[in-house]
Amino acid sequence: MIPPLAFLGLAALLFVLGTIAFFVKKDLLVQFMAVEIMLNAGNLAILALGRATGKADGQALVLFVITVAAAEAVVGLAIIVLVFRRRKSIRTDDLKDLKG
Amino acid sequence: MADLFWLIPLVPGAGAFVLLLFGRRMSRRWIGLQASLAVLISFVLSTAGLVRLVQARSGTGLTRTLLSWIVSGSFSTSITFRFDELAAVMALVVTGVGFLIHVYSAGYMADDKAYDRYFGFLNLFTFFMLVLVLAGDIVLMFVGWEGVGLCSYLLIGFWFDRPAAAKAGMKAFVVNRIGDAAFIIAILLLLTAVGSSSLSAINAAPAAALLSPALVTLIAILLFVGATGKSAQIPLYVWLPDAMEGPTPVSALIHAATMVTSGVYMVCRLSGLYAASAAASSVVAWIGAVTAVFAATMAFVQNDIKRVLAYSTISQIGYMFLGCGVGAYAAGLFHLVTHAFFKSLLFLAAGSVIHALGGEQDMRRMGGLRKSLPATFPVFLVGALAISGVPFLSGFFSKDAILRSAFAGGRYVLYALGLAGAVMTAFYMFRLIYRTFYGEPKAGPAPERHLHESPRTMTVPLVVLAVFSAFAGFAGLPVLFGDRANIFGRFAGRVLRPVTHHLAPSTEVVLVLAATLSALLGIGLAFVFYRRSPAIPERLVRRFPRAYRLLAGKYYVDEAYEAAIIRPLVRGSEQVYRHFDLKVVDGALNGSAAAAGLAGRGLNVLQSGLLRDYALAFLLGAILFVGFLLI
Amino acid sequence: MAWVIFAILSILCAGAVTAMIVSRNQAHNALFLVLAFASLGGIFGLLEAPFAAGVQVLVYAGAIMVLFLFAIMMFDLREAGPREKRRLKVVLAGGLGLVLLAELVLAGRQALSAGRASAAAGGDLAHLGRLLFTDYLYAFEITSLLILAALVGALALAGRREGE
Repeated sequence: MIPPLAFLGLAALLFVLGTIAFFVKKDLLVQFMAVEIMLNAGNLAILALGRATGKADGQALVLFVITVAAAEAVVGLAIIVLVFRRRKSIRTDDLKDLKG
Repeated sequence: MADLFWLIPLVPGAGAFVLLLFGRRMSRRWIGLQASLAVLISFVLSTAGLVRLVQARSGTGLTRTLLSWIVSGSFSTSITFRFDELAAVMALVVTGVGFLIHVYSAGYMADDKAYDRYFGFLNLFTFFMLVLVLAGDIVLMFVGWEGVGLCSYLLIGFWFDRPAAAKAGMKAFVVNRIGDAAFIIAILLLLTAVGSSSLSAINAAPAAALLSPALVTLIAILLFVGATGKSAQIPLYVWLPDAMEGPTPVSALIHAATMVTSGVYMVCRLSGLYAASAAASSVVAWIGAVTAVFAATMAFVQNDIKRVLAYSTISQIGYMFLGCGVGAYAAGLFHLVTHAFFKSLLFLAAGSVIHALGGEQDMRRMGGLRKSLPATFPVFLVGALAISGVPFLSGFFSKDAILRSAFAGGRYVLYALGLAGAVMTAFYMFRLIYRTFYGEPKAGPAPERHLHESPRTMTVPLVVLAVFSAFAGFAGLPVLFGDRANIFGRFAGRVLRPVTHHLAPSTEVVLVLAATLSALLGIGLAFVFYRRSPAIPERLVRRFPRAYRLLAGKYYVDEAYEAAIIRPLVRGSEQVYRHFDLKVVDGALNGSAAAAGLAGRGLNVLQSGLLRDYALAFLLGAILFVGFLLI
Repeated sequence: MAWVIFAILSILCAGAVTAMIVSRNQAHNALFLVLAFASLGGIFGLLEAPFAAGVQVLVYAGAIMVLFLFAIMMFDLREAGPREKRRLKVVLAGGLGLVLLAELVLAGRQALSAGRASAAAGGDLAHLGRLLFTDYLYAFEITSLLILAALVGALALAGRREGE
């Protein structure tokens, strides 16, 4: 029996790695991928805790999360495509219109 | 109708409100009509009130409280109007003479472009003056007191694009303020000592031993200081000659008949206090007498026709205070009434002269106008005779009453001063008459001078005032003719302390003769100096140049005030301005603005537009949040 | 036995993510991510959630990453330019990441110690199905709408070339 804490630890590690990936990378696309990693880490955590409490609700929740993530990826990619068409670049350092 | 007496101040007040707000859109004719009508209505109401009082024969008059005004802790004031004999006299003078002057102004100011503003202010002044005289409460009286000061400023500086007029208006206001400060202190002392602001309570206070004698004297003197400001006595008279920059009807109404007499009214109203303090009354009497002589000397050498009348006013008000100071409040009041008639007559007639000469006010450029102004000259003469105290005209009776009381009270020095002043009054007055109306015409043929008589709106009031100046004296005949002859004295005496001095008939006759002789002496001297041998004044000036310069320079009082008080104050405030206002106040303001800007720019650094930085902020927030949850 | 599998899978996953961070080629990044997701699917299986595992592999690793790969190929991007100076921010992020890690572990421990329930009901699929169609019915239906919306949105946004 693997203790749930191990899974939680892994989830935490993955989440932090995703965060670091987000900061290190310069491409909008790859940063988006980092966000997906974080989502997955969250999924892992949900499942681990669901298992710890013995209910099946965790799995249902994970299903929804994955679905929503899929939808989000679709729209996000569409937006990135648009940005690329406009700016010819998806490097986040170039996209600073909000500079204030 | 007498029950509507509380409308007396309010009708002109409403008129002022309408004129000041909507005057621009009203026709000249209507403006003049409305303004005069408002005052006329008040006059009618005052008359009705008078009739009621006469019929009542005794009592405390009509009172009405309009509303409760200030209620704060144990102190409360309400807006209360009281119409007793004293108030009746004042109200009639204010509304009666005021009405005539409104009518006169309609003609005099006909070419002025700010016609509406003029009548608005005039009505406003009437409102405040009536509030002052009808107030049953010292706080309300002070409201009127301040209000007339304000209107005086507005009207003196009516032609505000003339620097001299603007300065004169300010001078009047500031000097008045000094007096008002003393007045306020007196009010505060009264409120704490007496506990009530009602005038009847205040008058009864000394008798009820609510005030120590020293306190009564102090309060009375402080109030009188306020009166010296308003009524132009020593030491605060300096604004009145300069106030002649305003339109002549304003000089007639405010600076002859009404506002300047409010100090006298105040002393009469609070006669309870003054009668209780011999010291304060002496101060009043002495300052009055000295001012009377002092101002008369300055009138000897003035060349501006209005300035002569201004100094004359200062001098005559001194007489009124002299009367009040020796206890003869009714006599002082009587002189107030007669003075209102003949002084406003003189001012309005002078206005007629000035108007005819196209604005010329210097007597050195006048002369021989007797033939050119056949309607103005006789009324002017009547006024001059009245003020000089020629027998049977009004001034004679009122001045005589004052001098008699002084003599009867044993105040011989005061009497002598008064008598000397009477000679001087006749002298300078007839100096004016001779130089203006007699002799060779010195006015050149300038185009704007239309040497004709004024329109009827101007001459009719003059005639009415002349009639009163001539005959009003008979209301206050000396006791010589029997006790019942002094109608005025008995009427006013219901409220004011009655005079109790009695003189032997022979003494009375002697006094009357002395008064008559002084008047004739003055007129005779003027005749000699200015009609028969005009060389004499010039020779005197050459013989005593320094005396002449002293008089012509008004004893250098203005210069003394300027050097001793005004300049240090101005310099002091300039210092304060530079070191406090500019550095501290402005510095704080600018500093806070700069700080805001700095903060903004500082925060701007966070707005890099980069996704990464915003994500960093997110991360930080998430860490803090989770940390918070952990703890 | 389970521990071994867990160890292998977790090392695989974490390693793939790390490789993704290090690598500078986007296609490589995407492929590493596919590996990570697949191993995560395995870990889900270890947690006795077979349905979740299946969905993970099918949808995430299969569909979503394929989408990403399509996008990468469409953009045809060169290698990223020279590294600019953002050392400070990276170090800062690393540091903060460590802090976050610590916090999350602590939080996890706290969460576990709080509610100790009975042993797992297991990966009973029928039970899951019943849950989905009763307690979570609304969520279920709405997600399908959500997918539709996303589909339409994506078409509306990027379905047309500029100038058409």
